[in-house]
Amino acid sequence: MIELDRAGRSFKVRRSLKLKGNLVHAVCDLSFTVAPGEFVGYLGPNGAGKSTTIKMLCGILTPTSGRVRVAGLDPSRKRTTLARRIGVVFGQRTTLWWDLPLRDSFELIRLLYKVDRKVFKTRLDELIETLDLGAFTRTPVRQLSLGQRMRGDLAAALLHAPDVLVLDEPTIGLDVVSKSSIRAFLRRLNAEQGTTVLLTTHDLGDIERLCRRVMLIDHGRLAFDGTLDELMATAPEQSTIEDVVTRLYTGSR
Amino acid sequence: MAARASFIALRIAGRKADNSWLPSADPRAGPGTVRHRAITLRRCKTIPLYARLVRYGFRKHATYVWAAVAGAFTNSVFGILRAYILIALWQARPGLAGYDVTQAVTFCFITQALIGPMQLFGTGLAIPERIRSGDIALDLVRPASLLLWSLSEDLGRACYLFLVRGIPPMLLGAALFGVTHPAGPGQWLAFLVSFLAGMVASFGWRYLVSLSVCWLIDERGVGAFSLVLTILFSGMLLPLSLFPGLLGELARALPWAAMVQAPTDLYLGKAPVLETLAFQGCWAAALLAAGALGTRAIRHKVVIQGG
Repeated sequence: MIELDRAGRSFKVRRSLKLKGNLVHAVCDLSFTVAPGEFVGYLGPNGAGKSTTIKMLCGILTPTSGRVRVAGLDPSRKRTTLARRIGVVFGQRTTLWWDLPLRDSFELIRLLYKVDRKVFKTRLDELIETLDLGAFTRTPVRQLSLGQRMRGDLAAALLHAPDVLVLDEPTIGLDVVSKSSIRAFLRRLNAEQGTTVLLTTHDLGDIERLCRRVMLIDHGRLAFDGTLDELMATAPEQSTIEDVVTRLYTGSR
Repeated sequence: MAARASFIALRIAGRKADNSWLPSADPRAGPGTVRHRAITLRRCKTIPLYARLVRYGFRKHATYVWAAVAGAFTNSVFGILRAYILIALWQARPGLAGYDVTQAVTFCFITQALIGPMQLFGTGLAIPERIRSGDIALDLVRPASLLLWSLSEDLGRACYLFLVRGIPPMLLGAALFGVTHPAGPGQWLAFLVSFLAGMVASFGWRYLVSLSVCWLIDERGVGAFSLVLTILFSGMLLPLSLFPGLLGELARALPWAAMVQAPTDLYLGKAPVLETLAFQGCWAAALLAAGALGTRAIRHKVVIQGG
C-alpha cells in the first residue's frame, strides 16, 4: 500500500544573500513497505524527518531521490487521483472551516471528493455515530473543544472512504478520555474496514495500544523496523516503552 | 466527438507528464464504459464545489456583522471628509477631469463603497498566514485548484461586503450631498459586470502578493508596497484622468485602474463600455494566469514551515 524505495528529500538552506546554500537532508535513502491493512507506528525525535515523509506520501513534496508509491501511485505526479484514496490528518492543523458549523465542512468535502449523496449520507451517519459527533455537528468549529475538533477532523479525513489513513500526531494535546476514544475508533477502523493506517505520534501510549509494527526514523534514516515486541527486545534492561525509545533516540546519535 | 478523441490520442502519443485528468489514465476506464462517462462527468461536477465556496465565503464574513458595520461606518465618514475636499476642489476648478460637482461627489462615494469589496487595503486572503504557519500544506493536499478555491471564497467575501460596506456609503452620500445614478438598465448592467471583473482583477493581484510570502517569509513589505500602488493607481484617491501626461497614461493602463477607476467610469457613464470591460477582462485574465503559474511555483517550492 505504501512503498518507499531509497527515497530522499533534501532542502537547500540559504543563509542571507549567499547564493550557494547548504544542502540539508531531511530524509535520505529511506526504504520501507507497508502492506494493505497494516497499522504502523512511525516514531522519531523532533526533526527526524517524519513530517517530510508524510508530505512526500501525500504528494506535497517531491522526493529529490528514490521512489515513493502510495496505493500504486506516484504521489507527486498523481496527487489529485491519490487524494481520493488517501486520508490525512495533521493533529496540529485543521481542515475544518473555523466560522461554520461542522456539518458545512463535511458538505464541502462531499463536493470536493464528489462523493455520491446517498453513499455520503450513510458514511457520515456511521462516522457521526462511531466518533460521537452527534451533539455538535451544528456548532461552529471555533466553539468546539480540541477533542471534539480532532474527532471532526478525523471524520473529515475519512468521509471519502480512503484506503490509506496517514495521521500526524492525532492525539496531541488531548485529555485521556478523548485520547482513548480516538484510539478505540482507529482500532475499529483498521480491524473492521481494513484501512491501512500510518500513525506518527510522540505519544508512546498510542503506539503501545494500537500498533503491531513500529518504525523508528532518526536523522532521515530508518533506525528500527519491527514488531512492538522486537522493539522492546532491543533494550531488555529497560522495562517501559518510554525508556526503550529514549535509548534508541539517544543511542543513535 | 471525433476531434475530442483525436485530441486525447495526441496527448497520449505525446506522453505528457500528467495524464491523470484523462479518463484513459485509469485502466478501468476504457472509452464507452460507465467509468469513462463517470470521469468525464466529474469535470463538470466541480462547479457545485466552487459555487458552494462562494456561499461559504459569504457566510464566513457574514459571521462578523459588527466588523462590517464598523467598516461601513468608517468608509462613510471618510467619504464625507473626502466629499468636502472634492467639492472645494471642483468649485475652484469646475469641470476638472470632465466631472461636474455632483459627479465628483458620486465618484467619491463609489470609491469609498469599493474599498470593502475590492479589498483595497491588505490582501484579505488567508494564504499569507497559512504559508507562514504551514497550514498551506493542507490546502495543497486537496484535489482542487488553490487558485479557484481562493477565488471562489473571495468572491463570496466581496459579495457580502458589497452589500454591507458598499451600499451604506452610497445611500449616505445620496442623502447628504446628492449623487447621480446610471442612466438606464444598460448602464447598471455595465457597472455590475465591470464590478465583477474588477473583483477578479483585485483578487488576482492580492493572490500574487499573498504567494510572495513563500519566498519572502513575511508579507508586510510587499503589502505596504502594494497598498501604496493600489491607493495611488486604482483611482481611489483622485480620478486617474487628473494624472498628467505619461504618468496618467501609465496609471490608466495598469491593473489597479481595473479595480476602481473602470467600474466608477462605467457607473458615471464616462468611458466606452466594451473597451473598459475588455481592459478589465485582460488584466483579470493576465493576473489569474500569473497566479496559476505562481501556484505551480509554490508547489515546487513549498518550504512548509513548522514541521
